[in-house]
Amino acid sequence: MLKLFTSLAATAAIALISGSAFAQGYPERSITMVVPFAAGGPTDTVTRLVAESMSKDLGQQIIVENVGGAGGTLGASQVAKADPDGYTLLLHHIGMATSATLYRKLPYDTLNAFEYVGLVTDVPMTIVAKKDFEPTDLKGLVEYVKANADKITLANAGIGAASHLCGMLFMSEIKTPLTTVPYKGTGPAMTDLLGGQVDLMCDQTTNTTKQIKGGTIKAYGVTSAKRLDALPDVPTVAEAGLPGMQVGIWHGIYAPKGTPAEVTQKLSGSLQKALKDPDIIARFAELGTVPSTDAEATPAGLKSKLESEVTRWKPVIEAAGQYAD
Amino acid sequence: MDLLNNLVLGFATAASPYNLLFCFIGVILGTLIGVLPGIGATATIAMLLPITFQLEPVSSLIMLAGIYYGAQYGGSTTAILINMPGESSSAVTAIDGYQMARKGRAGAALSIAAIGSFFAGTVSTILVAVFAPPLTAVALRFGSPEYFSLMIVGLVSSVALAHGSVVKALGMVVLGLLLGLVGTDIYTGTPRFNLGILELSDGLNFVALAVGVFGIAEILRNLENEHDRDVMIKKVTNLWPTRQDWKEMTAPILRGTVIGSALGILPGGGAILASFASYTVEKRISNTPGEFGKGAVAGVAGPESANNAGAQTSFIPMLTLGIPANPVMALMIGAMIIQGIVPGPNVATEQPALFWGIIASMWIGNLMLILLNLPLIGLWVKLLTIPYYMLFPAIIAFCSIGVYSVNSNVFDLYAVAFFGLIGYGLAKLRCEPAPLLLGFVLGPLLEEHLRRAMIMSRGDPMTFLNRPISLGLLLLAAAVLVVVLLPSIRKKRDEVFVED
Repeated sequence: MLKLFTSLAATAAIALISGSAFAQGYPERSITMVVPFAAGGPTDTVTRLVAESMSKDLGQQIIVENVGGAGGTLGASQVAKADPDGYTLLLHHIGMATSATLYRKLPYDTLNAFEYVGLVTDVPMTIVAKKDFEPTDLKGLVEYVKANADKITLANAGIGAASHLCGMLFMSEIKTPLTTVPYKGTGPAMTDLLGGQVDLMCDQTTNTTKQIKGGTIKAYGVTSAKRLDALPDVPTVAEAGLPGMQVGIWHGIYAPKGTPAEVTQKLSGSLQKALKDPDIIARFAELGTVPSTDAEATPAGLKSKLESEVTRWKPVIEAAGQYAD
Repeated sequence: MDLLNNLVLGFATAASPYNLLFCFIGVILGTLIGVLPGIGATATIAMLLPITFQLEPVSSLIMLAGIYYGAQYGGSTTAILINMPGESSSAVTAIDGYQMARKGRAGAALSIAAIGSFFAGTVSTILVAVFAPPLTAVALRFGSPEYFSLMIVGLVSSVALAHGSVVKALGMVVLGLLLGLVGTDIYTGTPRFNLGILELSDGLNFVALAVGVFGIAEILRNLENEHDRDVMIKKVTNLWPTRQDWKEMTAPILRGTVIGSALGILPGGGAILASFASYTVEKRISNTPGEFGKGAVAGVAGPESANNAGAQTSFIPMLTLGIPANPVMALMIGAMIIQGIVPGPNVATEQPALFWGIIASMWIGNLMLILLNLPLIGLWVKLLTIPYYMLFPAIIAFCSIGVYSVNSNVFDLYAVAFFGLIGYGLAKLRCEPAPLLLGFVLGPLLEEHLRRAMIMSRGDPMTFLNRPISLGLLLLAAAVLVVVLLPSIRKKRDEVFVED
């Protein structure tokens, strides 16, 4: 009863602000957008911001549903099996591409189980260390890490997490294996980094920007092509001599295979409008990211991104030899 | 004085009519979901997130915080009345609280829980206000070796949870540890004991397990023997604690507050131990340990205070570091980010009204809760007079909704049914579910921290002895063991732990 009450209340609240609910044809009722991660995390935050803005444009509420578990594959497989009517969507991040290799048995075929709506955003990563870590810049860090490889610990938020992917990439770029320390999520990993229990981590700006600004951890580089407005003093990895470290946690919206093209086109148009919402641009900037361009926020843009990323990560993951199943 | 100015700012913010309203909505909702078995604060806050878009950041956080500690108050209600704990903390309350209810003292048990919670909430709010930054510094000194040693203390003490055979209690702890192994190994990604079921790859759901072995099993037992329940209703005596109760509850409440506040600060899973630790301490120092498990006042007062104190102080890591100590805190951080406030180490200086407003609202919310809950006790107790053939289907329906809402996953409902049967079997064998839940909660943490500590020390077990905090905790664990094994005390213990 409570759930019913709250969803009614939520519907009423959204209906109040969205005003005109006179959409013709699709969508005629509320849309469920599945996030394959827990509520409150970075992907959930991105989803809720975009869903709220798209709801206004579509005139129907987009309800965000968190179906967490198994590195995002549970939520993805639920959407893969859903009716292809445009009322069940999935917002997933880079894990959509990496789980194709990380999981040797998946209940869906990554490249053939979905229709594409478009790319949402590409969140850069930061290479960070505990605040009293010796090296002063990224070059110094690489030298120091190579010289002390047997003493350095590299944290990540669990297998398949963004920080795990970025950490694998870092080790393969500097050709030095380090002792990796997995955690259950970013929170505990960051706690140990703040407490100096672990030395290094590479994580999304969503998690690190505030700590870097607060001086509680040290930043060596951002993995974006340009410096970030939120962190103007932190050089890009390319500037600092590690161009191969350019990597982002990209997010895309998918629909089950067989969803009509008119529907995905309509959603894609709505996504493009949402991504120009000044509110979204401002919130994304605070998180150290920018909305995707109109060309990226299209079915074709997401399709080519997914395909190229599946190819890019396959050898990195296979070289590390760590699988999630 | 800075602190005074800050508190004035905080109370000015929290006591604005608008924020008072949202604080009130929060604690009412929290109490409600706490009372409904199975529905937890996490699921509710997740459902309410979209609404918070429309509110001021301070108001929405005050409301969400109210839901969180309101649920802590309400959660003990179902544990006491129908032996249905919705989270690990109330599992301990169920042990003696439900026994009190069966003796017709449900009202007294509920009052004791509410009074203990209020006192603990008040003290720990002051702690948060005055000592948040230095306490954070202490919490950060806890690395994996320290957490491992802390969990060892918890495990060694867990035998105190038993009021029947110690061997069976140990067996239950081990069974719990084993159930905790189900899921994906976080260090290698290898799935363990998941029987090829994808839904088990993140382990068993705690709520499903707890609702099954406690609540559903109790329903099955009651259906088998309706007579027991009649006794429970007919014997309802006074609703309020007697003078003797007040005498018995004061010291446990004080101790529970201290224990809970201290453990709640640790972001790596300290709060989980709060109510278990308090129960253990109370039973150890009690003159009448034999009363525990049969409706001891201290067994309700101590753990309930500890649990509420821990809930309040677990805000410290979030407020001072921007780091979530539990899933509810993670949701609150999500709510802040959606509002455009990215929590981090500077929240207190960048958003003083928000920071101090939340702290002030915690005390106001606790006050509202006690004013709200004491008059409601009579009503809750009346619920017991509903004929059982009407009550139990409702309980099962609400449980199912609640458990489903945690992960939106049907599999969890099968798990409830399965563990209901297991719990019934265990009850028939006179094996108690509380040690099983403790093992289930501690097992994964124990393993995680042991292995992480060993990875960081590169396989050198001396890391547990070289670090002073860890060494101290291990010595404490050893001391507890010695006390248990000392011959003179053993004699006393044998008397206590005989099979009834």
